[in-house]
Order: sequence, then structure tokens, then C-alpha cells
Amino acid sequence: MEQTVNPDNAPLAAQLRQLSESAAELAAQADVAGGVAHGQPFLIMGLTVFILACFVGYHVVWRVTPALHSPLMGLTNAISSVIVVGAVIALGAAEASGFSKVLAFLAVALASVNIFGGFIITRRMLHMFKKKG
Amino acid sequence: MENFAALVYLAAAVLFILALRGLSHPESARQGLLLGMTGMGIAILTTLMLPTVSGWFLIIPAVAIGGGIGTYIANKIEMTSLPQLMAAFHSLVGLAAVFVAAAAFYNPQAFGIGTPDDIHLSSLIEMSLGLAIGAVTFTGSLIAWGKLQGKISGKPVVFGGQHVLNAALGALLLVLIVLLCITESGVFFWSIALVALALGVLMIIPIGGADMPVIVSMLNSYSGWAAAGIGFTLHNNLLIITGALVGASGAILSYIMCKGMNRSFFNVILGGFGGEQAAGGPSMEGRSAKIGAAEDAAYIMKNASSVIIVPGYGMAVAQAQHALREMGDILKKHGVDVKYAIHPVAGRMPGHMNVLLAEANVSYDEVFEMENINRDFAQADVAYVIGANDITNPAAKNDSSSPIYGMPVLDVEKAKTVLFVKRSMGSGYAGIDNPLFYADNTMMLLGDAKKMTENIIKAFE
Repeated sequence: MEQTVNPDNAPLAAQLRQLSESAAELAAQADVAGGVAHGQPFLIMGLTVFILACFVGYHVVWRVTPALHSPLMGLTNAISSVIVVGAVIALGAAEASGFSKVLAFLAVALASVNIFGGFIITRRMLHMFKKKG
Repeated sequence: MENFAALVYLAAAVLFILALRGLSHPESARQGLLLGMTGMGIAILTTLMLPTVSGWFLIIPAVAIGGGIGTYIANKIEMTSLPQLMAAFHSLVGLAAVFVAAAAFYNPQAFGIGTPDDIHLSSLIEMSLGLAIGAVTFTGSLIAWGKLQGKISGKPVVFGGQHVLNAALGALLLVLIVLLCITESGVFFWSIALVALALGVLMIIPIGGADMPVIVSMLNSYSGWAAAGIGFTLHNNLLIITGALVGASGAILSYIMCKGMNRSFFNVILGGFGGEQAAGGPSMEGRSAKIGAAEDAAYIMKNASSVIIVPGYGMAVAQAQHALREMGDILKKHGVDVKYAIHPVAGRMPGHMNVLLAEANVSYDEVFEMENINRDFAQADVAYVIGANDITNPAAKNDSSSPIYGMPVLDVEKAKTVLFVKRSMGSGYAGIDNPLFYADNTMMLLGDAKKMTENIIKAFE
């Protein structure tokens, strides 16, 4: 870079260099901070996320109109099958015993029944709720 | 890639929250559902892209088989069978959670939580929780499904020492979890599963059919907690967030259902309600009820200026919703104001009646929740009660010896005339007689809900 810099731009180049140095410094600090976060057991982070999500769920669900409580159940049923993510990881793992593969296969299939079934039945229900006249 | 996946999972979680928020109104609900589907789609696709997921050759068929079955069932099922379908779906989430926990137990490296004989302690605890809740959800939902489908009797099954046995099994579960954490032996892993499976059965069999709205909601909640437990095990925030959302949702629905019956959650869970011992209140023997015919009902309604229709589980059983809507349409043509009143626990799952009326093309702005319509009964000419009983029982308001005393009910007796469609003069699920049958302004229409409504339609002409 520096070879091609013409004299007019020299101060700019110096500033740039300074900037990149401080960026590197910041990155190093972030690494340390990241390390601390990794050092913390996942349980604490998970629990934080869990409790906050419970509050979000509480407030969002109270706003659901009672007329749509059945579709709510269909939708929550579909999204709770997001455990398929865990099952896919287990099924796709390279070094795995046959038994754990069978378990993971069944889990993926069962969760898929729910994902497709849950979303479709919810869609069917919601398409019936119409205002007429 | 791992960081990218975590961000996509976060986006998926936000989409799920927005999907739930969409359900605050029927107009925004369909768009919300699309957001939910998008969230699920990106979560699965991103997982497939993870470097640790090496081959898709088993994943694709598993998704295809499961997805095919799910699509088929959801397209075929009758709307009246919705409660049992939900119970069946909850059982699958529970079983899937059991399998994922087991897969993690036998292949912990895949999730970075240790090696087969050296799994991190916290992961073992979380795994056993996900496993136990999943197993309880599985068998509990299966029993609920059987009761709703009529495969097993809806009557509560009670026996001596039931609660002691359940408590003992619960304690045993805790002991087994501790043993699993110490020994990491597969024997204890599967023992936890077996005990939890048994507990699921024992917890639901004492609960009567009419309490199913609470149970279906509770199992909905459990399926969420099971997913969250698996999320903790696999260190996956998306599963934790979604599990918490679903868990909270089911818990709120259970609460609303319990409030609709004026019973505590524990009272429902302990079960036995609707058995022999629940009968109470003064006997109505010897009092006479006025029994009318379809023609009388048609005449009264045609000359009314407002009719409030009160549907209950009997309407669902008789599949009377379409005939009911037709009757409403004819009445509206005659200039009669027609509204529908929904009690929170009418039917066998939350919102059951709303879905059936929507299926029959009833506009959702004609359908009102209890607290929004109860005042209107005093001004109504006719209350047409079809397939409902206990939710209209005035004894809940004025007879402190009644088992349902204190339960919020629809004030149908305040209407000028109450037309009560009922198969026979028998009592409701709780074995409670309804003084409404013998009131001066009540006319009993004895017969099948659908047939009676169709006969009324014929009589209009």
C-alpha cells in the first residue's frame, strides 16, 4: 500500500495506519471478552435467554385474541418442533453409532410430521376466519 | 459458519415471536403464519449447511416421510377432530424430544457436550429434564388423544393411593436423574424414560373428558418445556427461546381455561371431576319442563328481533355448525339480529367453537366472547342453546351447594325465551342438574342438535 501513496496523501496514510492499529487492538480486546463469555458455562447464558423468552412469550400470548386460541395451539405445536434442528445435527454427524442414527432418524421424521402438520392445520384454520358482508 | 448459524437462529426466533404476535387479530394472523413458516425454513436450511452435518442422504428421506404424513393428516382431518389432532401432535413433539435426548446421550460429540462416558454434568441434568418432560408429554398426550377420540372412556379413572403413587414416581424420577448423573449408565437413562412414560399415563387417566381443554393446553405447554430442555442440552438458543414461548403460551391457555371453570390448576390435575362423587345440588325430580317442537322454535325465532346462539361441545359432536349458520342466515333475512356467544371452556380445546363457526362461514365479527356479550342476554328475545349445558347453568351463580358454584356462566336465563336443544333430559358432564330446564321461560327442544336445527330451518318455510 505505502509504496503507491503520493506525498499529498501521506497524512491520510498515517491516519489510516493508526486506525488499523487501533482496530487490531479493539479486536484483541474483543477476543478477550469473547473468551470470558466462552468461559462462562452455557447454563448461565441459556438461563438468561430462557427467562427473557418466557417474559416475551407471556406478553405476546396474552395479546392473542381468544377467538384464535385454536390456531395459537396449532402454531405453537409447529414451532415447538424446531427441535428438528437438534435431530438433524445428530443425524448428520459424521462419526456416530448406528443406534444414535436410528434415534435421530426417528426424531427428524416425527418432528417433520409436526412441522408440516402443525403449519398446514393452522393455515387451514386461519383461512376460515373471514369477515363477511 | 457457527456464528452465522447462531445469527440465523436468532432471526428465526424473532420470526416466531412475530408469528405469535400476528395472532392478535384474524386479519394479521395469516401474515404471521407466513413469518413463522419462514423462520422454520431458514432454521432448518441453515442447520443443513453446518459443517458438522456431513450427509443429507438420511435427513432428506426422514423429512420427506414425516412431512408427507403430516401434510396428509392435516389436509384430511375434519375440523371437529381438531382437539384429538392437537393431542396427537403434542405426543409426537414429546416423543421426538425423547429421541433427540437419547441421540445426544449416545453421541454427545455431535453437540460438543462431551464424549459417551464423559458427558458434562450440566448437560446430563438438562438432558434428563428434556427426556422426562418429553416422555410425560408423549404418553400423557396419547391418553388425552384416546379420551378425545373415544378410544378410551372419557370418564375419570380413579383408584386408591393414586396421588401417593404419582408422588412416589416423581420422587423416583429425581433419584434416577441423580443416579444417571453419577454413573452415566444407559440403564438409568432408559429407567428415567420408563418411569416418566408411566407417570404421563397415570397423570392423565384420572381426568374427565370435559376437563380436556385444560389438559390439551397443559400438554401444549409441556411440549414447549421439553423443547427448551433439549435446547439447554444441545446449547441451542433457538430451541430455548421457542420452548419458552410455547411453554408460556400453553401455561396461559391452561390458566384461562381453569379460570373459565373457576377451578384451580391443581384441582384439575388431581382429577376425578365428573365422577360419581361430583353429583350434588338439590334434586330436580318432580319438576316439569316445557317441551317444544321445531315448529314452535321456528315461530318464536322468526318473530324475535334478536337471537343469541350459544354453542357447546354437543354442537361439535353433532356437526351442527353448518345447519346453525344456515339458520342464522335465514333469521337475518327476516331482519333478526343474530349473534354467537362463546364460553371460554365451550368444546374440548381453547377456541374450539370459534374454529367450527369459522368453518361454517360465520363472520368472526358476529362471534363474541363471554365478557363482551353477557350483558346483551337481558335485551335478547331468544337464547338458542345448542349442545351446551353446564356453561349456562344458573346454579353456578346462586346455589352455593352446586359443584360448579362460582364458575362464570353465560346469563342465558335473562333472555325472554330460552330454546334449549338437548338430546335428552339428562344432566351435564359434571352430573349436575340444570335448573334452567325447568324455568318458565325455557322451552326444551329434545333431539340431535343438527337434526333439530335442520327441522327448524324446514319449519321456517
